[in-house]
Amino acid sequence: MTPLASLLSQPVGASHYMVVGAVLFVCGAVCMATKRNALGILMGIELVLNGANVNFVAFGSEVLRGRPQALSIDGQIIALFVIVLAAAEAAVALAIALSFYNAHNTIDVDRGDDLRG
Amino acid sequence: MEDGIYWPTFFFLLFAAVACAFGIAVVITSHVVHMAFYLVLSLAATAGLFFLAGADFVGAMQIMIYVGGTLVLLVFGVMLTAQAPFITMRTRAGEWVMAALAGGALLSLLVWAAFSVDAWRPLSRAEAEAVAVRPTATRIGMGLLGAPTDRVRLERGDSAVDRRLAAGMSGYLLPFEIVAIHLLIVLVGAAYLARTRRRREA
Repeated sequence: MTPLASLLSQPVGASHYMVVGAVLFVCGAVCMATKRNALGILMGIELVLNGANVNFVAFGSEVLRGRPQALSIDGQIIALFVIVLAAAEAAVALAIALSFYNAHNTIDVDRGDDLRG
Repeated sequence: MEDGIYWPTFFFLLFAAVACAFGIAVVITSHVVHMAFYLVLSLAATAGLFFLAGADFVGAMQIMIYVGGTLVLLVFGVMLTAQAPFITMRTRAGEWVMAALAGGALLSLLVWAAFSVDAWRPLSRAEAEAVAVRPTATRIGMGLLGAPTDRVRLERGDSAVDRRLAAGMSGYLLPFEIVAIHLLIVLVGAAYLARTRRRREA
């Protein structure tokens, strides 16, 4: 039996969800490190928070981990808090980016060096 | 029967592939409008993963708040700042190499850690089919109101640690209120920060 067929015939576990969360987290971290557009950095932050959310939901899922081991509803509630905080963070960061754009006429974060000593 | 396709796994692989592929596409494209579009697709596929994990309310909130709210905000930001020199800003090759090295090292560490804990391994197929999916909206609502219906099961173990955990599980009413006030203050502050100032320098 090929590995793909044996994977398809069995349920997935929290490990597989954590791999997806890890890929999204690393994508977001690399995005934050390499983008020069301030809005690109903001999208990287969204990806990081989303990867963390995948892990929270996986740990809380009774489908993935069985009834006794799962965090049950706590993981999902914390994921909801993360979503709300991400929305708040996006609003403030976008306001800062627009203010920066109005003051400097650019959105390139490498030009934001007014505080350099 | 035992060797037939287990359909939740098939849809997990589908949504996971879409989420990861568009997450990587967000990183490697340098066009900011394309980045926003790929991010929408990645977040929507993640909502599908939440549905598959039995978190139906969180998946719906992911679509409504993230895809419907946060991404609209981001797209407005892109539209307000999208002038010719800023739409595509390229990153230097040396930074790509450093970021790929650090990201690959972090990713391999995380994947190794994910498969090295026995408690995170998959259930057997019979166990997974025996788990009844319960709707979660009522339980989340009761938890946010401070009266959680899921408590630490005291009949199992019944140690002093379990009793202390059960006494501490009084729900999420205080964090819910804190996050509500926090959201109000953040939105007022964002509106204050983003208003247009006329610069009076001549």
